[in-house]
Amino acid sequence: MYRQTEIVQEASAIEGDLIINVGPQHPATHGVLHLVITLNGETIKNVEPHLGFIHRSIEKMCESLTYRQFIYVTSRMDYLSSHINNHACALCIEKGLQLEIPPRAQVIRVLMDELTRIASHELWWGAMAMDLGAFTPFFHAFRERESINDIMEETCGARLTMNYMVPGGVMHDIHPNFQKRVKDFIVLYKSKIHEYDEMVTGNIIFQNRMKGVGYLSAEDAISYGCTGPVARGSGVSSDIRKLYPYEIYNTLEFDEVLETDGDSFARYMVRIREMQQSIRIIEQLIDTIPDGDFQAKTKAVLKLPKGEFYSRVETARGEFGVYIVSEGGTTPYRIKFRSPGFSNLSALNHMIKGGKIGDLIAAMGTLDLVIPDIDR
Amino acid sequence: MWSFSNIATDFDYWLSQQVNPTWTMIIEMVIAGIGAITLFATLGLVLVLMERKVAAWMQIRLGPNRVGPKGMLQSLADTVKLLVKEGITPDGADKFLFNVAPFIAMIVAMLLLAPIAFAKDFQLWDLNIGVLYVTAISSISVIGILMAGWASNNKYSLLGAMRSGAQIVSYELSAGLAILAIVVLTGSLRLSDIINAQANGWWIFKGHIPVWIAFVIFIIAVTAETNRAPFDLAEAESELTAGFHTEYSGMKFALFFLAEYINVFIVCAIGATLFFGGWMPFHIGNWESFNHVMDYIPSSIWFFGKTFFLIFLIMWFRWTFPRLRIDQLLNLEWKYLLPISMVNLLLVTLMAILGWHF
Repeated sequence: MYRQTEIVQEASAIEGDLIINVGPQHPATHGVLHLVITLNGETIKNVEPHLGFIHRSIEKMCESLTYRQFIYVTSRMDYLSSHINNHACALCIEKGLQLEIPPRAQVIRVLMDELTRIASHELWWGAMAMDLGAFTPFFHAFRERESINDIMEETCGARLTMNYMVPGGVMHDIHPNFQKRVKDFIVLYKSKIHEYDEMVTGNIIFQNRMKGVGYLSAEDAISYGCTGPVARGSGVSSDIRKLYPYEIYNTLEFDEVLETDGDSFARYMVRIREMQQSIRIIEQLIDTIPDGDFQAKTKAVLKLPKGEFYSRVETARGEFGVYIVSEGGTTPYRIKFRSPGFSNLSALNHMIKGGKIGDLIAAMGTLDLVIPDIDR
Repeated sequence: MWSFSNIATDFDYWLSQQVNPTWTMIIEMVIAGIGAITLFATLGLVLVLMERKVAAWMQIRLGPNRVGPKGMLQSLADTVKLLVKEGITPDGADKFLFNVAPFIAMIVAMLLLAPIAFAKDFQLWDLNIGVLYVTAISSISVIGILMAGWASNNKYSLLGAMRSGAQIVSYELSAGLAILAIVVLTGSLRLSDIINAQANGWWIFKGHIPVWIAFVIFIIAVTAETNRAPFDLAEAESELTAGFHTEYSGMKFALFFLAEYINVFIVCAIGATLFFGGWMPFHIGNWESFNHVMDYIPSSIWFFGKTFFLIFLIMWFRWTFPRLRIDQLLNLEWKYLLPISMVNLLLVTLMAILGWHF
């Protein structure tokens, strides 16, 4: 028998409502997300996300780890953009130490970030098509993602949780093959991008499933704290790379992708177009990686001065913030992560009320939820 | 040239000399029954393997390739696995209906094998209302699905069954009207008459655009009737986990699974019979020598070739299209397919009366 939560029992008191537990094990939630859906026939009356199934108390854990160590734990939060999480932590520590990062390290960091963003969006694209019942795009997306993973494996030594960013730069220099393989990847990606349009974007069934579904107005996006592609799909400018540039993003040429429709298709198009912007950034940098150190000189034991530090980056899912309170010791006194997935998930109920079960799956797909990121 | 009918006639003659007529009939029926069951099982295995290979081919991967040569015994191994698995009946389920539902699904699929002409003169039962029989029996399959969904005592199953009921009942109308177009052209419900009417050309070539429209509607409707993607709402994996067969396991699940594939085979066989001339070889007008060469290809190969082509088409849909939403699905049927097929039927009738077809 499935465990009946208190809320489920309360809600069942209402006559005539059908209450369904979607998750914690369900093909559409891509992780251990538990949604309690109140249905009237096929129409959704209420969606209530229940969290905590994969809570590992990472923030508390980080308090007992040194500044070098805790970065590794953040790879396990949003595992699809672990580089970018690490980057945010490294930035925050560097802010505290007031370190100057060598230009080579900065370029490598940005390159890795953008590759991660593409890989993350690739996986999202495949998983979302699979949510809508098309299985084949998943494998096509993984073909491209695989070549990014190979690049990562060569340079960082790992395919998923890279832990490549360290305070002061990157852990070690890029692999000699790195530039060649990234260029190969760009050629591969450009030769395959038309398949994406033919298979999914241009498909009439797909467009019917996405257009007008899960509408989120710009005001609601702001009040729910949505960031990233979810906010940009509603026309809210929220790209941290443009608004609060870090590293060398202010010297790069790229556009903030904005769609104004606010429906699932707008969010979908934001991500598709963002991948092309990332390719554009990589193309600008890949031939001009400056020579020099890949890591600034740092002390063996890092100590942040007493105070509070905050840094934010744009991950594949939105704004990721790291807030460190330091008492001057070797470990942080308190750490708080602002994860994009949590705020984006909170908008789900508002977006989907009155829709059908199929709409829930479509809208949830475009939120691009990574559950360990929400639960931490 | 030898044919199945000669073999059957000889065998019948030989048997009736050995035993009395009653026993002859019983023995022949048993043989036919065993043949049908064997065909049923073999088709299931072949189609499952074919689906997996087609999917793998579309998804740039290899597919099953470990059990047997090129993975050919994979579905056999899966069957053995399913046979020895425990068939769990949930506590809250209606035990009788729960256990009977998969058999209804399977029996319906087996009954539908009867009027299909697998080759020249190779037909279990050439009844005079063949087409009507097929449409009538195939609509029983919804009872099995509804029963399974209701008896499972599971909300996912119930939603799946509800969707399936709405879907199958709706799409039967278009499928029936598309079939009627051919019946009108032929003037007979008997499947052998329909095939013989296509001796000088298949209906898809003889019937101009209206038959093409009927064919397209037929393919869409039967894809929906057999609950295949993009109309697989009854089992929509990402929405309802497995829909009406969420609670089924072991061989009971396998029966649903098998019935689905047999249903796909049957609707494709019907499609091949109605639109592509069944076992009739491909002939081009006055090309005597070409037609002669075509005649040499055995009729069973013609039939299975056409059927498997249609099956491939339906698999192709499944592995490329996203799923529709339930209201879009019903809109497609009631607002587009049904009016189009009604007008199309009028056109076909006009064509048949005026003799505009070849």
